[in-house]
Amino acid sequence: MPRFMPAPQPEVSVAPTPSVAANPLFPFVLQLADTSLILAHRLSEWCGHGPILEQDLALANIALDLLGEARSYYQYAAELEGKGRTEDDLAYLRSAVEYRNPLLVEQPNGDFAHTIVRQFLFDNFHYELLKALKNGPDAQLAAIAEKSMKEATYHLKWSSEWMIRLGDGTPESRQRLDKALAVLWRYAGELTTPTPAETNLQELGLVPDYAALLPAMQAHLAHVLAEATVPMPTTPAFAQQGGKQGRHSEHLGYLLTELQYMQRTYPGLTW
Amino acid sequence: MNQQEWPLWEVFIRSKQGLDHKHVGSLHAADAVMAVQNARDVYTRRLEGVSIWVVESKHIHASNPDEAAEFFDPAADKVYRHPTFYDVPDSIKHM
Repeated sequence: MPRFMPAPQPEVSVAPTPSVAANPLFPFVLQLADTSLILAHRLSEWCGHGPILEQDLALANIALDLLGEARSYYQYAAELEGKGRTEDDLAYLRSAVEYRNPLLVEQPNGDFAHTIVRQFLFDNFHYELLKALKNGPDAQLAAIAEKSMKEATYHLKWSSEWMIRLGDGTPESRQRLDKALAVLWRYAGELTTPTPAETNLQELGLVPDYAALLPAMQAHLAHVLAEATVPMPTTPAFAQQGGKQGRHSEHLGYLLTELQYMQRTYPGLTW
Repeated sequence: MNQQEWPLWEVFIRSKQGLDHKHVGSLHAADAVMAVQNARDVYTRRLEGVSIWVVESKHIHASNPDEAAEFFDPAADKVYRHPTFYDVPDSIKHM
């Protein structure tokens, strides 16, 4: 099938009107796909730059786990949409304002502590979300969640252990962790704050009730921070949001430029 | 953190239930929990293992290569220690 470059999208600050999807679940599955893809790409930026070989590999492993999960979601999303787009079209030929990932996962890597805090805040949500999706009404989502659950369990273990070691490590590691948490905490709340579209799906029972995930997330957060001797952040966690509705930070555009470069430059390229 | 301060760990992987743990290499880690995680990430990415042991390298006491002659050479001319003087019946497999 011949491919073509889509018409240039104006870079506007407001999200475009969501297209009418064939299946109400399509935007949600796309959101899951975007979230895993963008975080996978961020983690892949560490490849060859990890603080030690062991962690370089660990970061790349997690990136690949998330990329695999993203592919499953994109394939399913393409099927739900039913307009002939493929997983590659969805990943490589959409602009920043069409992406539906929460702001947290597009934030730059920063130093290792910054990456760990971002990962931990995401993993703590991801793990509980998959647990809920695994028992959800949609068989395909449940199957993807079942497969990804083992990986996410390890991711959460890995990032939790690092939170503890950086927090209760040296004065420098602690200072870096504190700084990262101060910056990234404001993005944590978006993960569990439903958008109007998510609320509709929650009312239909198609999307897990995020409020039900919070007690377990908060318990694990409190446990890890206590072990890390880090005080619980006191500022509200819902300060920054909009990513799930296409209102992104400036970072996503740069990320997509690199991620999509090959398909944008050589449309339809395969190897 | 200064990685120079992280101790070295030896990693042993059991590839299948019923087999022994085998030494596969070494790595650096701050503590035992992290050493097991690092071993998982470095040495079991391609389905190499079902179980991991790690031990700090400083706890391994090795024979001295300079003493190899008196340690090992005397065994070379004691073929009677090998059970090779028996005829194994054809029906016995895997010997």
